Amino acid sequence: MTAIVTVRIQEADFDIGREIAAMTSARTDIGAVVSFSGICRGSENGESIAALTLEHYPGMAEAEIMRHAETAMARWPLTGLTVIHRVGRIAPGENIVLVLTASAHRQAAFQAAEFLMDYLKANAPFWKREESAAGTSWVEARGHDDDAAARWTKS
Amino acid sequence: MKVKYFAWVRERIGKAEETIEPPPNVRTVDDLIAWLAGRGETYAYAFEKPKVIRAAIDHAHVKPDAAIAGAREIAFFPPMTGG
Repeated sequence: MTAIVTVRIQEADFDIGREIAAMTSARTDIGAVVSFSGICRGSENGESIAALTLEHYPGMAEAEIMRHAETAMARWPLTGLTVIHRVGRIAPGENIVLVLTASAHRQAAFQAAEFLMDYLKANAPFWKREESAAGTSWVEARGHDDDAAARWTKS
Repeated sequence: MKVKYFAWVRERIGKAEETIEPPPNVRTVDDLIAWLAGRGETYAYAFEKPKVIRAAIDHAHVKPDAAIAGAREIAFFPPMTGG
């Protein structure tokens, strides 16, 4: 069966169980599903966060995620791949991002999920703004996200 | 060509997009950043640290020495913080 790739950028929340069911229903070739969900933290460096607001570059964000999804499909024997990234205002405890990877065996699913998240963090055009008691500020990029993405181009 | 700005670059400039016609001696992304920075206080503020600014031409990431000839849409933004 052909692998189904789903990429969505949306304001609405998503249901992880429903997304996994959509990926695996009526299939018997899937032996492993790995899910990663990124969730909004309630504090950063000891300071309370009221909410995050996520901005994206429409058009480019979808294209970047799809390009990395295709790279993952070519690199690992995946039977399904879903990436959902939310935009807009997100409160602590709410979902931000979901990556699902399905494969016959677990190793490919684990590796592809990690690859996709590392590349998403370093290359997908999304920006976070934090709201706290002190006001609002843009979250600064961290060098280790670039390092995490770079390790997939080595070896 | 159309130029788009995101996150704090957009906030500092005060607009999300505009259409510009840079002079012919503006050939690369770096040149364009320098030219934009000379357009006024808000632009100078947005581009005060040019090395921090990332650019994309027609939805693909590019390096500062990339040529802008033929570009339909160039975007400037801070390092990404999604995921």
